[in-house]
Amino acid sequence: MAKAAAHKSSSSADDTKIPNTPQASKEDLLRFYREMVLIRRFEERAGQLYGMGLIGGFCHLYIGQEAVAVGVQESVKQGHDKIITGYRDHGHMLAAGMDPNAVMAELTGRIGGSSKGKGGSMHMFDTATGFYGGHGIVGAQVALGTGLAFAGKYRGDDSVSFVYFGDGASNQGQVYESFNMAQLWKLPAIYIIENNQYAMGTSIERSSSTTELYMRGASFGIPGEQVDGMDVLAVRDATARAVKRAREGGGPYILEVKTYRYRGHSMSDPAKYRTKEEVDEVKKTRDPIDHLKMLLAAAKATEEELKAIDNEVKAIVAEAVQFAQESPEPDPSELYTDVYVEA
Amino acid sequence: MTDILMPALSPTMEEGTLTKWHIKAGDTVSAGQVIAEIETDKATMEVEAVDEGEVLEILVAEGSENVKVNTPIARLAGEDSAPAPAPKAEAPKAEAAPAAAAAPAAPKVELRDPEIPADAKLVKTTVRDALRDAMAEEMRRDDRVFLIGEEVAQYQGAYKVSRDLLQEFGERRVIDTPITEHGFAGLGVGAAMAGLKPIVEFMTFNFAMQAIDHIINSAAKTLYMSGGQIRADIVFRGPNGAASRVGAQHSQDYSAWYAQIPGLKVIAPYDAADAKGLLKAAIRDPNPVVFLEHEMLYGTEFDVPEGDDYVLPIGKAKVRREGKDVTITAHARMVGFALQAAEKLAEEGIEAEVIDLRTLRPLDHETIVESVKKTSRLVSAEEGWGPMGVGAEVVARVIEHAFDYLDAPPLRVHQEDVPLPYAANLEVLSLPGVDKIIAAVKKVMA
Repeated sequence: MAKAAAHKSSSSADDTKIPNTPQASKEDLLRFYREMVLIRRFEERAGQLYGMGLIGGFCHLYIGQEAVAVGVQESVKQGHDKIITGYRDHGHMLAAGMDPNAVMAELTGRIGGSSKGKGGSMHMFDTATGFYGGHGIVGAQVALGTGLAFAGKYRGDDSVSFVYFGDGASNQGQVYESFNMAQLWKLPAIYIIENNQYAMGTSIERSSSTTELYMRGASFGIPGEQVDGMDVLAVRDATARAVKRAREGGGPYILEVKTYRYRGHSMSDPAKYRTKEEVDEVKKTRDPIDHLKMLLAAAKATEEELKAIDNEVKAIVAEAVQFAQESPEPDPSELYTDVYVEA
Repeated sequence: MTDILMPALSPTMEEGTLTKWHIKAGDTVSAGQVIAEIETDKATMEVEAVDEGEVLEILVAEGSENVKVNTPIARLAGEDSAPAPAPKAEAPKAEAAPAAAAAPAAPKVELRDPEIPADAKLVKTTVRDALRDAMAEEMRRDDRVFLIGEEVAQYQGAYKVSRDLLQEFGERRVIDTPITEHGFAGLGVGAAMAGLKPIVEFMTFNFAMQAIDHIINSAAKTLYMSGGQIRADIVFRGPNGAASRVGAQHSQDYSAWYAQIPGLKVIAPYDAADAKGLLKAAIRDPNPVVFLEHEMLYGTEFDVPEGDDYVLPIGKAKVRREGKDVTITAHARMVGFALQAAEKLAEEGIEAEVIDLRTLRPLDHETIVESVKKTSRLVSAEEGWGPMGVGAEVVARVIEHAFDYLDAPPLRVHQEDVPLPYAANLEVLSLPGVDKIIAAVKKVMA
């Protein structure tokens, strides 16, 4: 078999029908561009609103990692599959198709937010798009996401659970408890380790005895591969192979997606644990949107086409910001709703 | 001569069935030889000889049921005339002590339950089987319900609560997990978020401390954090509290821990009818429910109404005994002690009203407050520690709602403020029981 686009793999998900040289139509590339630019512009504005005091608490931005959520989403059957992630969740939600207004209004703690303002940045959910959070406890989403996969297998409905977590969470014990059960019961879980190389302020070299995270399932017999997370097509294709395998009953798969976050861990992080030069180098040489622009140029997309998308996104984000400021705070009567489901 | 005694084969075994003899009179046995098979409430176990010698006599016939621990079951010819210790000799049992003495027998004084229809046929059922029946009935009724936990399937439950469920429902719905509490609790919550109705069994709630993050952060809070979109329709169940001589790490009462959490419902039944009716209610309830069982009650028989539709309301306390002089609140195993204490107090002319809390969240404080308005005195009894405990909450609510009715400061009966000791005498001293309840009642009556 020809070498896969993903450059390292412990055992690749075999599917000869998916080409190993990334290919995408101009329309697909333009769609990816729109989604990735939407995430970036949205997050930039979220950062601004945080600075203005309109967003409180913790706010973890996804800038730099856009190609991951957008590439993975190509394999998601919306309304059928399930997606779950940790606290750095805005990008996943936008990629999943959630309404930017509802996401931004949740950030500002307003009634128009996806959780009526009661969840906040780290705790958002949307049953319509199959997005199961948004979880603030590092690693918890891995066991929960394995349970989402369990439910799919229990029902026999061929759905897949997309479980995002980071290099930091990959050192939590429950990740391995989950791996064990997922492989034991051949659950349709795709574990996407977004390795942005820093667990808050601790680099992966300082926190992990082995840094090849795609190998972390090896002792359970779960295959994995490393993927260039700055290349949306590499992410798309690796995910498609893993998902096809899972839908056919092949069980869980690990995608270690190498990526990079441009901003601090949260808004209050000055990021003194890495140099400005390191960040600038990634921005200059590996930026996922710049990479996509090269593919678009090769596909003969015009400046006008990109400009139109830029303007469209700008309007969407502006509307979200306006909505998030104009939506009222939740009524005090909401304090005691949603604690229990009335039997 | 040496007597071979009926051995205790588990921490809580009181009696068992002598299912098979491998020896007969006239045989010579050697130490370590398997001489008999004994069925306990948990398993069938082989018994090995401790001494060697000729078997003079079989004292208890094969097939005998309810053979009490330490009963002589066979006699060997030997040098010593003193009875040999049982194959697994236990430390002296503190039989007179309140904690150990009261467990197996259901108090005789129970009122006819007003929730049980007068024409209902009552069947003697152990708490263990009542829990099992509740799960089986709900699993027949709803395919979304499944049981997951350690040893629940092939082993039939560490305490045999899931006996025969694997046989009836198969591996898809009765699922043995690895020893991985944090993981399978999270997996269960995830499955619940996706619309299934898991019953997650913890071998004991002591082990659930490894999983408490998912019980609280993932199960209890998600409905709220999602603005009502995602529910965790799940039951966490298993034995809670002190068993017998299993030491500090296996003997904690978590009632107060879970009862503090908004989003959870917390149930701690005493008798078999409540165990069944409330577990069925817990499984049907769309919220996360923590269902605290008591190992020392599993083998106790109570009347349970026949049929598969006995479902009780969550959040309702039950007056188990009426009285005019003092109110005693209790839950789980402490209810039995409270009823026994009330009987003894009645002999001295003190009529205690005993309230079984049954549900700790939401707490039915109306029933408690109404009772205290009548009796003007309150003693709370719980197996857990006192500080910040269930009794502290009961007392606070009574003071808030019935302060002017009180004729004496309320008192709390609870475990001593130490980790549970192993030594038999210290364990008895540490745990609350009948005598401590009586002493507290006399104090509030003084």
